[in-house]
Amino acid sequence: MFTWGNFISQCFNGLVLGALLALISSGLTIIYGTLGVLNLAHGAMFMLGGYAGWVAYTYTGSFIVAVAAGAIFVMLVGVVTERLIIRHFYARPHEDQLLVTFGLGIVFVELVRYFFGSLSKTVPPPQALAGITPLGFMVYPTYRLALLGIVTVALLALYFILYRTRIGMIVRAGIEDAVMVDSLGINIQKVFMLVFGIGAMAAGFAGIVNAPVVAVAPDVGDAILVQTFVVVVIGGVGSFPGAVLGGLIAGEIISLTSMFNPAYSYVMLFIAMTLVLVLRPYGLLGTVGRE
Amino acid sequence: MSQSRDSKLNPSRLTRRRMLQATGAGGVTMVPGLGHMGWAQAQDKPAIGTWPAGSQGNTVYVAAAVPLTGTYAVQGADELKGWELAVEHINTNHPLMKTLAPKVNNGVLGKKVELKSADSAAKPNQALQAAQTFINQNKVILLTGSTSSAVAVAMNKFAQREKILYMPGISGSNDTTGKDCVRYGFRQGYFGEMAANSIGPILLKTFGRDRKMAFMTPDYTYGHTTTESTERFLRDKGGWKTVTNQVSPLGTQDFSQYLTNIANSGAEFLMNVNWGRDAVLSSQQAKQFGLLPKMTLVLPYQIPFFAKEAGVDISEGVFAATDFWWTLEDKYPLAKQFVEAFQKKFGYRPEWGAENAYVSFAHWARMVTETGSFYPPDVIKHWEKGEKIPSLVGDVHYRPEDHQCVRPVFVVRGKAKKDMRNAEDFWEVVDTQRGEDVIQSPTAFGCKLGDYT
Repeated sequence: MFTWGNFISQCFNGLVLGALLALISSGLTIIYGTLGVLNLAHGAMFMLGGYAGWVAYTYTGSFIVAVAAGAIFVMLVGVVTERLIIRHFYARPHEDQLLVTFGLGIVFVELVRYFFGSLSKTVPPPQALAGITPLGFMVYPTYRLALLGIVTVALLALYFILYRTRIGMIVRAGIEDAVMVDSLGINIQKVFMLVFGIGAMAAGFAGIVNAPVVAVAPDVGDAILVQTFVVVVIGGVGSFPGAVLGGLIAGEIISLTSMFNPAYSYVMLFIAMTLVLVLRPYGLLGTVGRE
Repeated sequence: MSQSRDSKLNPSRLTRRRMLQATGAGGVTMVPGLGHMGWAQAQDKPAIGTWPAGSQGNTVYVAAAVPLTGTYAVQGADELKGWELAVEHINTNHPLMKTLAPKVNNGVLGKKVELKSADSAAKPNQALQAAQTFINQNKVILLTGSTSSAVAVAMNKFAQREKILYMPGISGSNDTTGKDCVRYGFRQGYFGEMAANSIGPILLKTFGRDRKMAFMTPDYTYGHTTTESTERFLRDKGGWKTVTNQVSPLGTQDFSQYLTNIANSGAEFLMNVNWGRDAVLSSQQAKQFGLLPKMTLVLPYQIPFFAKEAGVDISEGVFAATDFWWTLEDKYPLAKQFVEAFQKKFGYRPEWGAENAYVSFAHWARMVTETGSFYPPDVIKHWEKGEKIPSLVGDVHYRPEDHQCVRPVFVVRGKAKKDMRNAEDFWEVVDTQRGEDVIQSPTAFGCKLGDYT
């Protein structure tokens, strides 16, 4: 049913969800843009971030330590995975890359299930961010408000790294033309490893900061992975601003549709993706011909 | 090739030898030395499903396709333990099993029972694939599993087609023994309609008439039928009004959009029909959004491990209708035996999924041993006599019209932390309803069972 209060509330929901999707998708899109590898283990990395954070939280009781642990652990997983496995697949067909990352995703999920079981784990929000905040049009969980801020800061940090540092410049150049960057004497191998690490870290960070919202379970990344792909397609492959825009659009579509009929929210999301694919196959902010 | 085919089809050349060969080609291996008996069997009881091939060795196989991953993983693992314990008890003449199925004798009809299981992820396709594999490899004689009525309904149809007995695990949909019922399926557990008719009276008694409720419904047969039954009872008997029904796909993680709609709906009661982890997450998030404790949470169809996962601060005071809760051991001696045996083996007290699984297998073992044959139509006919048989919570019977077990349903209420006697003492049984009083007429949901052969 439509009321203005509900509409504004749902817009707000969409913003929070969209920001989160933007963060996860930006990790996926820079990996794909730079390395040309579609990382199907991205959802599992999101999940790993949640578990690493949960373990750290269980031992220290500190949310900040948990967030740091989630991000750093998954970055290390990313770096090691790139070094040991992904690297050997750059020259191989896309299907092989899909299979190996898909397989890695299953391995991560099942390892976690083996060690921690299927029962979901809860990471409570820090004391200061627990509770509810009245916003006038509705009451909203304080932590979700904070999450909006946290994710925005993380996206800004990522923006800074990509657009204001030398390494970011190399990464962006690598997205456009990896061979040329290599020819110019830059060790593209090292850059690739770093990009994979940063992309994974974005997922891991999102995984732990999202943990107080939805709890952590071995298959928490499955649904996220699909939505993230949609975001990347809508925003444009390899485009960081595209991931942010696509994330926000996807979040709003899901939230606003559910105001009328929640069952159609994902249908609408896929319709939007189809429309983008038909009208702008390279995505809203993508570049023509980029692979 | 064509010559031998012709000769098989030509009645004038049909000798006993040919007949045996033809039957053998149909998937039946005749036991050597049976002589006339084998001939008689082949004549009036043609091979059906995995019979008799599945019961000719020293072991008979039963198979469970159960969710070990996904939203219902936790409940599926508990169920599986119930089946494991039942099979162990069947094979070892455990006193409890001997009470439920007296003719069990270190197995059924002289065969050991072995349980095969596979992960269904609560997905119909995956469950059917697993079942097919077990039929091909092990010639299983009983299928089970579900913990999603979408799976139960699909398995029902599969079982009927393959002519293999099927007992759903947890399946809360009215359709499982309603419009999607089959001759080869028997359900022990309670379901949406029974749950609604059990929890309804106590809700009306506690909270009075004319209240406003919001439903959260998972988008498949269990969710829709359970919501409909609950809504109907409270509306017709107490004038309760549904202000919104939020339907979400199975496996939803973020319920913020649904909860926002509910927050703006003016509801006083949050009727959460979601199940498994969906129920846990949606209830936890309802608390985050301030809906709880402002609204009163009700779980029409109890979710095993809900209180443990969601936390006692959420489950406290919550009403739920259930098949079983372990404190029933104080009232029912057989329940006590079961809880003790289960806890000894697995280290925790069983939830209702394990109870339903255990009793289902016990009832199957009873029916097969009483029939004295694995021949499915005979077993079904014996089952359809609808005799009163023991369960963990008193005597029950199966209805011949829809193969639903008529059994008591219990209403529990979440305890406060301070009232818990031990770490698993989450619920207090506050009401018991007789199965006969809360079940609909066998024809109400359009059950047509189908053929025996």
